[in-house]
Amino acid sequence: MFTRRAIMLGAGQGVLLTGLAARMYYLQVMESDRYSTLADENRISHRLLPPPRGIITDRFGAPLAVNRQNYHILIVREQTPDVRKTLTVLSQIIEIEPETIDRVENDVQRRRSFVPVTVRDNLTWDEVARVGVNAPDLPGIIIDAGRSRDYPEGPHLAHTLGYVAAVAEKELTGDPLLELPGFRIGKSGIEKTYDMSLRGRAGTSQVEVNALGRVIRELDREEGQSGETVVLTLDIELQRFANQRLSEYESAAAVVMDVYNGDVLAMSSHPTYDPNSFTNGISHKLWESLINNEYSPLSNKAINGTYSPGSTFKTCVALAALEAGVVTPEQRFFCPGHLDLGNARFHCWKRGGHGWVNMHDSMKHSCDVYYYEVSQKLGIDKIAAMAKRLGLGDPTGVDLPSERSGLIPTREWKETQLGKRWQGGETLICSIGQGYVLTTPLQLATMVARLASGKAVTPHLTRDHVVPEDISARSDSEFPDLGISRQHLNYIRDGMNGVTNEVRGTAYRSRIKIKGLEMAGKTGTSQVRRISMHERQTGVIGNDELPWKYRDHALFIAFAPVENPRYACAVVVEHGGSGSGVAAPIARDLLTRAQELKSSRPGVSAVNIQSASQILRTTTKKQES
Amino acid sequence: MAARYRIGQDPDYVPLGRRLLLMNWTLVLLLAILSCIGFAMLYSAANGSLQPWAERQMMRFAAGMVLMILIALTDVRVWLRMSYAAYVISLILLVGVEIKGDIGMGAQRWINLGFFQLQPSELMKISLVLALARYFHGLTIEETGRIPLLIPPLLMVLAPAALVLRQPDLGTALLLVAGGGVIFWLSGVRMWKFAIILGGALAAIPIGWQFLRDYQKNRVLTFLNPENDPLGAGYHITQSKIALGSGGLFGKGFMLGSQSHLNFLPEKQTDFIFTMLGEEFGLVGGIALLLLYTLVIVYGYVIALRCANQFGRLVAIGVTTTFFLYVFINIAMVMGLIPVVGVPLPLVSYGGTVMMTILVSFGLLMSISIHRDVRISRQGNDDGRH
Repeated sequence: MFTRRAIMLGAGQGVLLTGLAARMYYLQVMESDRYSTLADENRISHRLLPPPRGIITDRFGAPLAVNRQNYHILIVREQTPDVRKTLTVLSQIIEIEPETIDRVENDVQRRRSFVPVTVRDNLTWDEVARVGVNAPDLPGIIIDAGRSRDYPEGPHLAHTLGYVAAVAEKELTGDPLLELPGFRIGKSGIEKTYDMSLRGRAGTSQVEVNALGRVIRELDREEGQSGETVVLTLDIELQRFANQRLSEYESAAAVVMDVYNGDVLAMSSHPTYDPNSFTNGISHKLWESLINNEYSPLSNKAINGTYSPGSTFKTCVALAALEAGVVTPEQRFFCPGHLDLGNARFHCWKRGGHGWVNMHDSMKHSCDVYYYEVSQKLGIDKIAAMAKRLGLGDPTGVDLPSERSGLIPTREWKETQLGKRWQGGETLICSIGQGYVLTTPLQLATMVARLASGKAVTPHLTRDHVVPEDISARSDSEFPDLGISRQHLNYIRDGMNGVTNEVRGTAYRSRIKIKGLEMAGKTGTSQVRRISMHERQTGVIGNDELPWKYRDHALFIAFAPVENPRYACAVVVEHGGSGSGVAAPIARDLLTRAQELKSSRPGVSAVNIQSASQILRTTTKKQES
Repeated sequence: MAARYRIGQDPDYVPLGRRLLLMNWTLVLLLAILSCIGFAMLYSAANGSLQPWAERQMMRFAAGMVLMILIALTDVRVWLRMSYAAYVISLILLVGVEIKGDIGMGAQRWINLGFFQLQPSELMKISLVLALARYFHGLTIEETGRIPLLIPPLLMVLAPAALVLRQPDLGTALLLVAGGGVIFWLSGVRMWKFAIILGGALAAIPIGWQFLRDYQKNRVLTFLNPENDPLGAGYHITQSKIALGSGGLFGKGFMLGSQSHLNFLPEKQTDFIFTMLGEEFGLVGGIALLLLYTLVIVYGYVIALRCANQFGRLVAIGVTTTFFLYVFINIAMVMGLIPVVGVPLPLVSYGGTVMMTILVSFGLLMSISIHRDVRISRQGNDDGRH
């Protein structure tokens, strides 16, 4: 009995032990690969190494956005016997707010003892040195160098460059780089447009970690690639000058661009702000003051501001009339100071009238009645077609985010958008750039460039050979011809020449007097508020007497030199008064400066830009290493 | 003690020299090899240091070895006579833990004797086997069939099992019941009686459940379903399987187990030490260890089958089965075959009491082996020979 049962028991135990061996075989041989992977996933942690953001330069390689060493102080709990004591000692060496000590103590307790906690950001070099000298008294304190975006030009380029800031929740795309603490992405301007190129490619570091997440050692490291250098077409000297000039007014915008290749040489919007204040998180107070400012400093008015073009639009209407064949340049119309259409009377800006005017004079004197007459023959749709051809009413496609399209009205537009039929009088109002017509300063500059070149010039802030991944192939001056008669364009340019360079031209006083640098232009003064019949009858309310926000916008468009035009310019001074008195002098100064700068420096070729960016890249690398 | 059996009076007396000759030295060697594997693993667990585990384990092993050999050289009849006393003392100590015990690892298990943390439940594992063996040694095969005579040994099993369960230590309670059951089985108790007891036990579970306190219920529930505790037992078993599986055929090498050394594997020096061995030495190492254990168990059976007296045979199998259960439960547990129970790997896991228990029980086994030809009367006296 005993022996039999003992043998049965032993056999049972043998079976169980064999079962263990089988299970062991299953785990360690059949499932081995799966578990090896899992063990490595446990053991190996991939850490991203954020790449340095690409720098941005002007066309000559002057740094506009760079990466500055940013020193911060960290504390590691397990390396210091007494966190509070260490922080107290530290606060005697550099400035640390008492709340910081409480916060750090709190943070330190909540994290694992080996995880560094940031004590302070943005240390000056002097502070770094002082902490370094006192290192023996500061166990657990680490000085760490990070990179932060720096805009050496500060407010001069805020609107064009934009700024970088921490990634928002909704911007997370799954790219792990975005989830790194302290990672910044472009939020507006060039920083946003070329964010992908500027970001670069992250490196990875394979580290072995233990169950607590502590790094034991680095197994492998793959360096990332820093972001591309973005070379802008801007000339920082001209840009600074434009900003300075505009800063004399409350709110204004100006664009200078190359007539042939569409390079934007200066794009200025005033007032402005300092993009550096966004890099490390803007203070609530500053943010409030920016968004509540009635001159909207955050808006880039060169591409976002939409204004009635006023009389500057007459260049477009005149060209449309020539192309449609409804007038000849010599054909005259009589301006008695007003035109009656149906029951309504449409006034010329000159109450007494201009008398008989041909096309040249209509521009030179900016006679409204001439355009009332011409537009009746043309109709709104032909005007609109020419406006679109000249680049108005659609985004220009400049490489900046959130550009506005403005508005060029047509019959169809009014019927679908407003549900009303087009009125004849509305054509008249539009013909002098008032009413529904809205354009951006950049569109006006584009129009001038097209009038000056006859080609479908589009503006841009970068060249294709610098950031090839981002811009579809775009060569220097290969813009398609607009198909507009050269002769007709000459008539328009001649009219614009009359505005500035003929006595009694509306902008004659603002002409460029330097031989060979003369400009041709067109003034514009756009009403912000309709003048009431009563006011018109009394006729005593001057623009200056109105509150600022009801005053007229002052506009001016121009190109220079008159022969073989090279530079196109558009200036809008919000509520600045008359185009001739306020905007034209600014355009004169900008175009003078642009031409002077050209003669004082070698022309920019593709080779120049490339070598400039290469030089810059090597120097930044040297600085980093 | 041996002085009572003088030469001439006791025909079964085995002289000391012959005892030493009859000692199962191969078994001693096997136990030493197993312990040395344990030292090596504890050295690895401490990242290549004798502190804090390996050195202390060696000292305990040395002391345990001396104790084991002393027990082995003592006449088995002494142990027969002392078995009830040992049982009673163990039971008193268990009650003592119940009244005032040190709380450790979430359960009352230890009595602090100042110099030593005594774990009465471990003592009971041996005492119960001894006591039951003595009881059944005193019964004829016919008496074994009588139900009233089965009630006292049943109570002898249930009393300590209930006390251990209250600690709560379900693992040890089950070990006690299983060890006791084996003695019943070997004594010839009919199969259907086991079935009744088993059925009764199952029926009693819902009743007994009501007497448990909430925290005790939670402990039992966690034991039954480790997934309730994913960061505790569930995490442990997952990491243990990863460690074993990633070890592969030949392992990652001594002291190179990433799971163990980067602390993904919990309790690597105690209950999960087999996992570390499996990770560092692979299937080859694991099977080798399993074979060593199998050899020890086979030894136990051989000793039991060659023993002339019923007491010795029952104790031998009881001790061997307890040893087997340790090995099986621990390895099956770390491989995720059964729920996590706190059962160490004998001789390899770090821990003093278990080392002592195992060596003492092997001392008894060897004493049985040395005195295998001694015949003992049902009353347990040498003069009762017929």
